[in-house]
Amino acid sequence: MLRIENLSAFYGEAQVLRDVSLQVSAGEVVTLVGRNGAGKSTLLRCVMGLHAGQRGTVELDGRDITRLPAHRRARLGLGWVPDDRGSYATLTVTENLTLPPTVGPDPWSLERVYEAFPALYTRRDSAATMLSGGEQQMLALARVLRMGARLLLCDEPTEGLSPLLVQQVGDLLREAKRHGVTVLLVEQNLHFATGVADRHYLLAEGRVAEAMDNSEVRSRERELLAYLGI
Amino acid sequence: MSGFAQNTFNGLVSGAFYALLALGLAVIFGMLRVVNFAHGAFYMLGAFGAYVLLTEAGVPFWAALVIMPVGLGLLGMALERAVIHRLTRLDPLYNFLLTFGLTLILQDLVKLRYGVQSSPYATPSLLSGSVNFGLFDFPTYRVFILGFAALLCVAVWWVLTRTRIGMVVRAATERPDLTRAFGIDVGRWVTPVFGFGIGLAGLAGVLAAPMRAVNPLMGADLIIVVFAVVVIGGLGSIFGSVAAGFGIGLVQAWGEAYLSHFPIVSQTIVFVVMAGVLLWRPAGLFGREEAPA
Repeated sequence: MLRIENLSAFYGEAQVLRDVSLQVSAGEVVTLVGRNGAGKSTLLRCVMGLHAGQRGTVELDGRDITRLPAHRRARLGLGWVPDDRGSYATLTVTENLTLPPTVGPDPWSLERVYEAFPALYTRRDSAATMLSGGEQQMLALARVLRMGARLLLCDEPTEGLSPLLVQQVGDLLREAKRHGVTVLLVEQNLHFATGVADRHYLLAEGRVAEAMDNSEVRSRERELLAYLGI
Repeated sequence: MSGFAQNTFNGLVSGAFYALLALGLAVIFGMLRVVNFAHGAFYMLGAFGAYVLLTEAGVPFWAALVIMPVGLGLLGMALERAVIHRLTRLDPLYNFLLTFGLTLILQDLVKLRYGVQSSPYATPSLLSGSVNFGLFDFPTYRVFILGFAALLCVAVWWVLTRTRIGMVVRAATERPDLTRAFGIDVGRWVTPVFGFGIGLAGLAGVLAAPMRAVNPLMGADLIIVVFAVVVIGGLGSIFGSVAAGFGIGLVQAWGEAYLSHFPIVSQTIVFVVMAGVLLWRPAGLFGREEAPA
């Protein structure tokens, strides 16, 4: 579904990604792990079309989208879950959810979102930035599910969440996967990653250092944790 | 007491002009991150356009009230496409140079043809005379301005807070990049929003024609106070610009009436208020600190 070929990315003079190539098949959940500064977030931004300085190719369903602006990519079914949760202070919770157009074949209705997230329903007319961090993370995920996005790009959705909320994020991603949604996930929490994902890419200094499956990550968990510095 | 009512009423009428102009500046700044120093020139063009339409083509006030905002809005959209949109990638200094340069060009073009003396514009007959409010008589035309401006501000507020277009404009104003990532072509909204802001300035100009001297510099005189209003309300804040517009109109009118023995105070009171507000709240009364892109 998603194919990245020889992707390099720059911030001014500094090169953050070096010839990264990877693939995500339809219905797969794939994580990007790596130290801070390894280029994980930049890679997601490149896929979304939010990073200006880049070289290489990004393909979606065999179509080259490298030169497509971000809003056209979203309309092809990309769902963006930014690392800062992307809550709008000037929009209510309901407006945050309904801002993006529906783009996929199977969008959640607003009723379904509110049934799944009662906390969002009770705060539906508040400014989204008045929600707690966990609620804002749920809002960010609910938003792309309501879009009906086919490929979710999630940047550390469990960061700073309580164990209970981490589990809820996991349940959501597994349910999305059951409905055929594909996920590319930046994640530092290896335990969480092996619980939801099929495969993993380890990024180091802007390159794909290793591709691993779940059993490999589990058997090398200590070594990886030490490497990641967690 | 009747003097106080009179001063308050006149303050609100001046405030209505400040509010309309500041509102346009606020939506333009919010969407484009451009401070439009040419805003006063478009206000002047609105008034001058109404004058020229009346004297040279016999077009009445009511028609000018539609023709000038629409025409200037379209001119604004053309200017945005031609030059203003190039500013987004440039140093803010170019923002100042371009829009201030536009002001000088527009002012001088009008001067070349019509000179610098003020031209009279008759109050439309339907709005001549005065309205009696129990103890006080207020000129009908000023009552009309106040009502019309208040209605416009409420309408703009309604569109911004209650419609999908308003939601998109708010989202794009707050976080343009994020909004693109949610499938919204932010660039498509920039030109119409700029045209809308310019149209509001033109409308304020037409409204001003019957009660203010119509001359090429009328906008330059007014816009300095409007910028103080925008800063006090919070740059980019819609509500703040309207509230500060009316508020500054009042402060100015009261200052002129009750501090007239201290001309230094009454003439600078707006800027004293501005300095005070900035010391207390650097982002303005209703402004927010810039969010990350």
